[in-house]
Amino acid sequence: MKQVFPFIALAFFATVPLWLQDQYYLHTLVVAGIFMLAAMSLNLLLGYTGQLSLGHVAFFGIGAYVSALTSLGFSLSIFGFQITHEPWPAFVGLILGALAAGLCGYLIGKLAFRVRGAYFVIVTISFAEVVRLVSLNWVELTNGPLALPGIPPLTLGFEWTGYVTLWGKAQNYYLVLVLIALAYLLIKRLVQSPYGRAMIALRENETLAVSVGISVTKYLVLAAIFSGALAGLAGGLYAHYIQIIDPMIFMFLNTVTMVIMVITGGKGTLAGPLVGGLIFGLAPVFLRNYVGPEVQWILYGVLMILVVFVLPEGIVPAIERWFNRAAKPKRKNGSAGGKMEQSGSSLAMASSGKVNS
Amino acid sequence: MNAQTQSSAPILSVEHVAVHFGGLVAISDMSFEVHEGELVSLIGPNGAGKTTAFNVITGFQRPTKGHVSFQGTSLDGLKPHEVTGLGLVRTFQRTSVFEKISVFENVLIGLHRRTAPSLFGTLMGLPGERKAEAALREEAWEILRLVGIEHEADELGGSLPYGDQRLLGVALALAADPRALLLDEPVSGMNASETGRFIDLLNRLRAKGTTILLVEHDMPMVMKISDRIVVLNYGRIIANGTPSEIQNDPEVIAAYLGGGVKNA
Repeated sequence: MKQVFPFIALAFFATVPLWLQDQYYLHTLVVAGIFMLAAMSLNLLLGYTGQLSLGHVAFFGIGAYVSALTSLGFSLSIFGFQITHEPWPAFVGLILGALAAGLCGYLIGKLAFRVRGAYFVIVTISFAEVVRLVSLNWVELTNGPLALPGIPPLTLGFEWTGYVTLWGKAQNYYLVLVLIALAYLLIKRLVQSPYGRAMIALRENETLAVSVGISVTKYLVLAAIFSGALAGLAGGLYAHYIQIIDPMIFMFLNTVTMVIMVITGGKGTLAGPLVGGLIFGLAPVFLRNYVGPEVQWILYGVLMILVVFVLPEGIVPAIERWFNRAAKPKRKNGSAGGKMEQSGSSLAMASSGKVNS
Repeated sequence: MNAQTQSSAPILSVEHVAVHFGGLVAISDMSFEVHEGELVSLIGPNGAGKTTAFNVITGFQRPTKGHVSFQGTSLDGLKPHEVTGLGLVRTFQRTSVFEKISVFENVLIGLHRRTAPSLFGTLMGLPGERKAEAALREEAWEILRLVGIEHEADELGGSLPYGDQRLLGVALALAADPRALLLDEPVSGMNASETGRFIDLLNRLRAKGTTILLVEHDMPMVMKISDRIVVLNYGRIIANGTPSEIQNDPEVIAAYLGGGVKNA
């Protein structure tokens, strides 16, 4: 049952554009999907290695800017050298954006994992702030607060298949859906392999993990590279879908959104960021009829606190436990009963021994 | 000063190691050797520096002075996981298992050193990596059976009875494919039957040729199974010899029981 559930979910979401006529709802789903990708990337770090990146939006934004600039082209002068870049196809930008964000993940990982825990959090926050300031002030390259408008939508295809430009919402929806499915599959393979086990071991007990020969730096940096690249990919998708980006993309609120998605859904689970992403991606749609955006954020906070208090591990682990209990009541009862019998008999022996002596 | 009985070259040698924590001298000058296939016990009163010695040997603690070498390779400046990579694997006094992970997965993590999957193959789900994973699982079962906790494979590490947790700690270390195994108080807190089981396990490991360095307070066990005993007190070695030599060493008796105990 657990094995087929991802396929059922995928099949259901594949049908959504067929019956959902409202373009606004579809748009919300696309943006939610992009943030789900970002949340999945954060989950790799926060959930599997246990390192909280509170500057995760930096990778997202770097992916967006690199992808946008690659496909828009730019010209600037550095130290008297004139550099001009002609526009390249959008999907090349998308890949370069992911690679650039992955490279940043590598650098941040190398730098920051010497100091883990709270220090890593501080380094990542600082990193995001530096990148935000660069995007705001390097006007020649990024247009600063004036934003980068007119980013071309993605064009997919080969010479022998013909090309499709993703103008429509449904097209982008399917692209995001496919990428989420791919990312899910790759992350699943990674975390269930010796690589993922090493990451989990470092999260659970670093000293012990090291003692069986697991290299801290290697696996944490690997996780940071993957995490950065996936967040960068999400950022690139965002840029080509929304078609305009500005330094507001580096808002701390965006990182917080990803963190909330991961923690509510269940960090360290494959489905957690997807469930959390769906809830917090769609919540604005349902809330906007009743309350203003500021109140929405307060409600998110309340919801987050509720989840942390009621389901501290997140929604997905709670459902899994409930499901396991419902699926195998006999076995659970049997083993529990067996244990009680054992302890009962040893207790009886102990007491009878006392009586005898 | 070493009372060596074997003629083989040492697998592990500790040369003039000193460890100072600020003004505190944990180890003042320690030298000893362990030979291939030997079981050497490191004993001494609490605070004598036994665990510090383990930490130095396995790279968790940099010595202030001195050197450690393993199979002729200097361990100077190596990180703990690199020391493990050479086949020198330890267990811990307290943090010995991954508590929130199943026993079976614990051992799989321990097997880390035996796998070198390609990242590409893993991500693509190539058959080669799947086969390697299946072989790894088989190996994990073998280690669980060797240690004797295979019936608890599905339990969480932290939910095992205390004695079995110690066994799982050893299983983790064994999974790391040790040439030499360093056990830090493995039977502390175990009852007599658990200790008996543990001694059986040690004998099985020795039969396979594993070199063992043991820190332990359980004197009957130490006297029974050790080839050689190194006695530490106040950060220095006060005796090094066979169990019978150690039992009759006046300085050791004094260290353990206090001075003037001839009549005790």
